[in-house]
Amino acid sequence: MLSFRKSALAVIAAASFSGLMAAAPVQAQTLKVVMHSDVKILDPIWTTAYIQRNHGYMVWDTLFAVDEKFDVKPQMVEKYENSADKLTWTFTLRDGLEWHDGKPVTAEDCVASIKRWAARDSMGQKMMASAEGLEVVDAKTFKLKMKEPYGLVLQSLGKPSSNVPFMMPKKTAETDPMQQIKLEDVIGSGPFIFKGDEWKPGEKIVYVKNTKYKPRAEPANGLSGGKVVKVDRVEWIAMPDIQTQIAALQSGEIDMIESPGHDLLPLLAKDKNIKLLSFNPTGNQYAFRFNSTAKPFDNAKVRHAVFVAFAQEDFLKATIGDPQWYKVCKAPFVCGTPLATDAGMADVLNGNAAKAKQLLTEAGYDGTPIVLMHSTDLQVLTNLAPVAKAQMERAGFKVDMVSMDWQTLVARRVKKEAPSAGGWHAFLTSWVAADILNPVMAGFFNASCDKAMFGWPCDATIEKYRDQFAKETDPAKQKQIVEDLQKYWVNHPTHINVGQWYAPLARRNNIDGNLTAPVPVFWNVTKK
Amino acid sequence: MIDFIARRLIAIIPVLAVVAVFVFLMLRLTPGDPAAVIAGDNATSDQIADIRNKLGLDEPIWSQFAIWIGNVLQGNFGESFFFKKTVAELIAQRVEPTLALAVCTLLFAVSISVPIGVMAAYRQGSLLDRAVMGFSVLGFSVPGFVIGYCLIYVFAIELGWLPVQGYVRIGVNFWQFLERMILPSLTLSVGFVALISRITRASVLEVLNEDYIRTARAKGLSNRVVLMRHALRNAAVPILTVIGLGIAILIGGAVVTESVFGLPGLGRLTVEAVLSRDFPTIQTVILLFSVVYVVINLLIDISYTLFDPRIRY
Repeated sequence: MLSFRKSALAVIAAASFSGLMAAAPVQAQTLKVVMHSDVKILDPIWTTAYIQRNHGYMVWDTLFAVDEKFDVKPQMVEKYENSADKLTWTFTLRDGLEWHDGKPVTAEDCVASIKRWAARDSMGQKMMASAEGLEVVDAKTFKLKMKEPYGLVLQSLGKPSSNVPFMMPKKTAETDPMQQIKLEDVIGSGPFIFKGDEWKPGEKIVYVKNTKYKPRAEPANGLSGGKVVKVDRVEWIAMPDIQTQIAALQSGEIDMIESPGHDLLPLLAKDKNIKLLSFNPTGNQYAFRFNSTAKPFDNAKVRHAVFVAFAQEDFLKATIGDPQWYKVCKAPFVCGTPLATDAGMADVLNGNAAKAKQLLTEAGYDGTPIVLMHSTDLQVLTNLAPVAKAQMERAGFKVDMVSMDWQTLVARRVKKEAPSAGGWHAFLTSWVAADILNPVMAGFFNASCDKAMFGWPCDATIEKYRDQFAKETDPAKQKQIVEDLQKYWVNHPTHINVGQWYAPLARRNNIDGNLTAPVPVFWNVTKK
Repeated sequence: MIDFIARRLIAIIPVLAVVAVFVFLMLRLTPGDPAAVIAGDNATSDQIADIRNKLGLDEPIWSQFAIWIGNVLQGNFGESFFFKKTVAELIAQRVEPTLALAVCTLLFAVSISVPIGVMAAYRQGSLLDRAVMGFSVLGFSVPGFVIGYCLIYVFAIELGWLPVQGYVRIGVNFWQFLERMILPSLTLSVGFVALISRITRASVLEVLNEDYIRTARAKGLSNRVVLMRHALRNAAVPILTVIGLGIAILIGGAVVTESVFGLPGLGRLTVEAVLSRDFPTIQTVILLFSVVYVVINLLIDISYTLFDPRIRY
């Protein structure tokens, strides 16, 4: 009797279990990620901040995109051609492109988007300054007419980092470039759809798979190729505390951390359930920026003396520590990219204090204290300024290192007052490599006086090289221009590149498919 | 009593006025430019200037203050520089986690600290008394975030009993809400328990030496009745005062605790707003905290009358 009861119970339990299993819905695959920052602004054209750029890649698509080697490939564009006189570019969109609201993507949308982007982006501004106009040919075709041949049309439209020329519906793209787009206008044609009703700033932002998205046939490669989404939903969780991020990843509450911080990497490396992945092989570059308008840095020879005094490895050891995550690289356009070259760099960045001292004497440096702004709250920057101070003092500079939080530094660096009256002489920052791939894109090479970025270098020769580079259409000649520019720039520096570094992402072992790209993207990513 | 409440409510007005002027000036006089933060690292000076103009930050300070205070008086707290939402909306979104954390912490802290404080006083010099005193020193000395990380390590990572972080709204799933509240409120409670238990012990000790306690004992009342009905009730006023003053600790602690446990509350909103120089949000949140602090202390003052009939307003 007992055995019959047991058997009956077993049968009932098995039946119930199989019934349950049959009825259970397939659970949606949700990828939970902590990015480097919370998304507070939804318009990737309005700001150059990287978190908005990353958000842009989720929602919107681009006409062109770069692959792993930074070669520009068509993305929304099916075909394109440049006329024999090199003045007219014709672009034809792929079939089947649709906005998330179901309306077709048209050439009109793209023209309006390019105009809005170009109003905000320095590379876009330079391209449009050489353009006669943009013209819609038909629903899928538009033309860009140039006044003169321009060598950076594809590089501009395929620009991988901020500001990225994302294509938006015409109505959205007609928003004043100085105003943010509205919440209800966050409609793209990209691989993910933004869930406005679930967006809670400070808590999370949610994207769901765009099931109507038609990826390109080519396999995903960098930011180019087929954007095949392999999860149903991606949540970017706002979690400001790095320790908590690590604990949440270890406990499996989240799947990935975009930027876990170098001091905690050894802890993650020991965890067998977690993998560290350097998804961006070109990484980032540290830069020491001069205020070229402030004495003594208005003298190119004094700036060159700093270049001679610096040694990259000291900066990298002090901030990153583990050589696995940094690289000594003299090429200002980043090692591992098409324009990387050491031309003209042999005598600088060797930590030669004696030579720097001699240059300072020749330049007539009068001992004016250098106001070096030191940001103290961003871990990846904090140790840079003390190293710069030590190396400059060894070379004979007097340095007044002023400590402050990053936002105070950001506010102070736009001040043109004398350093003794609230201005500054120098500070250190970092660029994502994808922002500095050529002299037009790299903001610190802009030497157009008041129109240049803070530091306001004013150098007609550098500007001449930048113009030549922009107008040159032959890549070999472009490289030659870069080498010539670099040889000149070493003696007339606008800034100093003080090393390349990498920030790996941390993911649990059940996550796979992260692409090697300059931006963290979430198509192709799988969750087992 | 009504006069007293009215007087105290009217007294809030100058307090808020001083807070408003102070916060406004502090924000404008400390370094940092929200326009530069919004524009991003690659922005040019012109782009930053454009944004500053759109936000009205290029107006003179007195003019900015007049506009802001005029709007506040009409119930308009402005729009966040970053979120494209009104500050009132932002606060409404964030108030629940903070309120939940505060209530759980208060319940937890009071229900633990008052009994152990009373017991420590009753058994003065015993092991229990020394343990309570030792704990209170520890509670004062160890920063909240350290306690938070230790609790996360033990209960979330090693034992896997509780989640590390996050918040589930009470209306969505009560049990998930509760399990996400345990570690943060425990963390925030530690300092509070240390403070209240110490004050409770001192107050009860003082009362236990009074003649009426001896009389109560002589009447043959049980220890429980003596302690709860006579000693604790008469020791309540300083304890209530400390609980009221402790609200400031709670507000300050919530800022850290919410960051450690990823709670999307007002504390974290304040940190985010300060770091990004979101002036309208900082100003409103600090005004709100001031009102809460003043009103809670008013309620505490009123509650004195329930415990001590000699107090009349």
